Amino acid sequence: MTGQVFAGLKVADFSWVGAGPQIARELAYYGATVVRIECHRWPETTRTAGPFKDGITGINRSAFTAAYNVNKYGISLDLNMPKGQEIAKKLVQWADIVSDSMSVGAMAKWGLDYESCKKIKPEIIYFSTTQMGQHGPYNKIKGYGFIGVSYAGYSHLNGWPDRDPLPLFNNYSDFISPYYLITALIAALIRKRKTGKGMYLDQSQVEVGVSFLAPSILDYMVNGRVACRMGNRDTYVAPHGVFPCSGTDCWVAIAITNDEEWQSFCSAIGNPDWTKDARFSTMLGRKGNEDDLEELIAEWTGNYTADQVMTMLQEAGVPAGVVQKAEDLFNDPQLKHREHFRFLEHSEIGPHAYQSPAYRLSKTPCSITKAAPCLGEDNEYVYKKILGLSDDEVADLLIEGVITTDTDMPEALQSK
Amino acid sequence: MAGQENSLLSGYRVLDLTDEKGQLCGKLLGDLGADVIKVEPPGGDPARNNGPFHKDIPHPEKSLFWFYTNLHKRSITLNLDTSDGKDIFQKLVKTTDFVVESFEPGYMASLGLGYAELEKINPRIIMTSITPFGQTGPYAHYKATDIVGVAMGGMVYIYGEMDRPPNRLSCPQFYFLGGLHGATGSMVAHYYRELTGEGQHVDVSCQQAVVLSLMIVAEIWDMLKYSYRGMGPFYAGARPGGSPLFSQVIYPCKDGHVFLLVTGASQAGMISSSQALVEMANKEGIAFELKDYPWQTIDAATINQEELTRLTDAIAEFIKTKTKAELSSLALERGILLAPITTVKDVVESPQFAARGFWQEVEHPELGAAITYPGYPIKMSEAPYQVQRRAPFIGEHNEEVYEKELGFSKQQLGILKSCGVI
Repeated sequence: MTGQVFAGLKVADFSWVGAGPQIARELAYYGATVVRIECHRWPETTRTAGPFKDGITGINRSAFTAAYNVNKYGISLDLNMPKGQEIAKKLVQWADIVSDSMSVGAMAKWGLDYESCKKIKPEIIYFSTTQMGQHGPYNKIKGYGFIGVSYAGYSHLNGWPDRDPLPLFNNYSDFISPYYLITALIAALIRKRKTGKGMYLDQSQVEVGVSFLAPSILDYMVNGRVACRMGNRDTYVAPHGVFPCSGTDCWVAIAITNDEEWQSFCSAIGNPDWTKDARFSTMLGRKGNEDDLEELIAEWTGNYTADQVMTMLQEAGVPAGVVQKAEDLFNDPQLKHREHFRFLEHSEIGPHAYQSPAYRLSKTPCSITKAAPCLGEDNEYVYKKILGLSDDEVADLLIEGVITTDTDMPEALQSK
Repeated sequence: MAGQENSLLSGYRVLDLTDEKGQLCGKLLGDLGADVIKVEPPGGDPARNNGPFHKDIPHPEKSLFWFYTNLHKRSITLNLDTSDGKDIFQKLVKTTDFVVESFEPGYMASLGLGYAELEKINPRIIMTSITPFGQTGPYAHYKATDIVGVAMGGMVYIYGEMDRPPNRLSCPQFYFLGGLHGATGSMVAHYYRELTGEGQHVDVSCQQAVVLSLMIVAEIWDMLKYSYRGMGPFYAGARPGGSPLFSQVIYPCKDGHVFLLVTGASQAGMISSSQALVEMANKEGIAFELKDYPWQTIDAATINQEELTRLTDAIAEFIKTKTKAELSSLALERGILLAPITTVKDVVESPQFAARGFWQEVEHPELGAAITYPGYPIKMSEAPYQVQRRAPFIGEHNEEVYEKELGFSKQQLGILKSCGVI
């Protein structure tokens, strides 16, 4: 494992669903040993929500679960049974980091909250990430990432001024929260190397969402302005929008931020007469007449594919980009160059795509080698090799149902 | 001078050369206590012209965008295009732990200040480069604004009305994402340096950061060959071999809108949420037809559209009669999977953020005001969050850094000033 940044670092990963598991995934990309604890009796949402391989449901067939648990070991354990809690505590004893994204109070119920874990291992670093954080009047709220994007103010800023707010299918705050936590977590690890002391980190995902809207928040705090959705318009720039291209539901985004880019744009599209219209010769003029201007631009873009428009304008130094669909991302030559998607063989899904970090480290590249585990796939390795249980002990745990093998999933969702 | 005593990164220094593309990275390292020095071109960083502005007065010392993304930092001015400027920068690199930059790929190397050169001056240095598409590759020199960047990352196509072009979020995210992943990569490299003494180059692609924020949009394509598209107030669930299932998730209420999940039984808490909702509605004489509805039998893969629409329409009748506040309390009490669609005003007035001590007052004596900022979204038991200082004025710390630290005389600073170095 030479060159692996986190080689030897051990994580007991009790997190689940979207935001939590991405945190230990980042450490696992760079060599940490991560054991993820799950249970067949209440399989987590991502295992039952799909997308499933070929659309066929099954507890091990969801790419949702796979995406955030690559490079991890997976075990099945019933934390509601006293013996399950005993095993979990052995994992805490083994670990440097405990990861929790359960509802507030769940880990305490199992004797696995920070205070309890600290008694088992005083130098443990323990983090909790939940929608609202551990404290406050809304701390027990139920829900997924939609809580984050709704309560933080995102939906209100998504859509058109003359229409209702729109949902964010991607539960956006679930996908920025992990990176805030990783930066603080690594700083806490370094502190532990220097002082020998552990720490508790308590994240509110809604607060992360609010942080990413800071300019609008400050605009309200100082100027009393309540930001509203504005389609594809921008307060300061015109033209600024998404324009139709040839093909079905194909679009290109264009933003012209100054006079120089405007001149380049005009010559790139062959200086048609309308570009000489005096109304469009200044930024204030373009902004003041943006309805007309954008209509004229749309007439031009409609003659080309989005890719052609992007290439023509970028070559002229004008910011333009294809409104890429999921399919386009897999064919994007830049993402290919960066090896953004990595393909691994999953034991039930078969070969499929995993995403890599957004940054490239020049000396210690990430290493994405182990497809996400099926539920309990690594029981043998973890219970015997890591925790040192004997064959008999493991057999007893299986018979007693502490290591789970049976699911309570709705029948329709079980593996066929 | 350096970061606060208890802070996790106190004693570490960052030279921040970024414009708006990377500024959040240094801010996040400053959140953890690093001593961040913003290196601005004489005349100031162009991102100082980004709105919104304090009291709507457009002025380089009044940008609220700049205030936030440069919190904690000190500022020096330095012209890297001059030989004195390069020389001073190289001196500073000797005592620096992180250099963060967001120039066009190759620019730093063209000045003789690329990672290969900085590494020779200080082998421990971590250099983090934040650009729209990364340092190399066919799009490395493409230009991107927020809307272009999020479009290329796949984030525009998944939002929108069915009868209009897909749309971006009306608050820029592209460069915030790049700054966030820049901080992440910097910290991974920092850990390795603490172990080995060796720095390295961190090459960030904002586009990849966007792709990583799409939840399962890429995975849906990979599994089902379906490109998710924004469909108004609905989630459009992919169903193999059939048309997508439209599940309404945004509902009008008395004084605005709420988000509500009434989909299949596949998600934890779904069944009890729907039961509680129907019970509340029934109490008010609404949605009787859903009393004792067998929620556990709903399967998103097989339920027909008419049936799901019948359910959501009945529930919509109840939602219409309540306010956001009433529905939010019900959600909290009964575990209903519902959230109000809030505005920035609602956010600022919410008791939750206040109870967590999220808001941070920052004094701006020159404006005669204290401004309340979003604080740090993580409570750390051993390292409480502290704001080091408000964002700096242009070159506010020239004297502190150039005279006191580097030992230049007033006369030398005069020379540097007159020939446009600082």
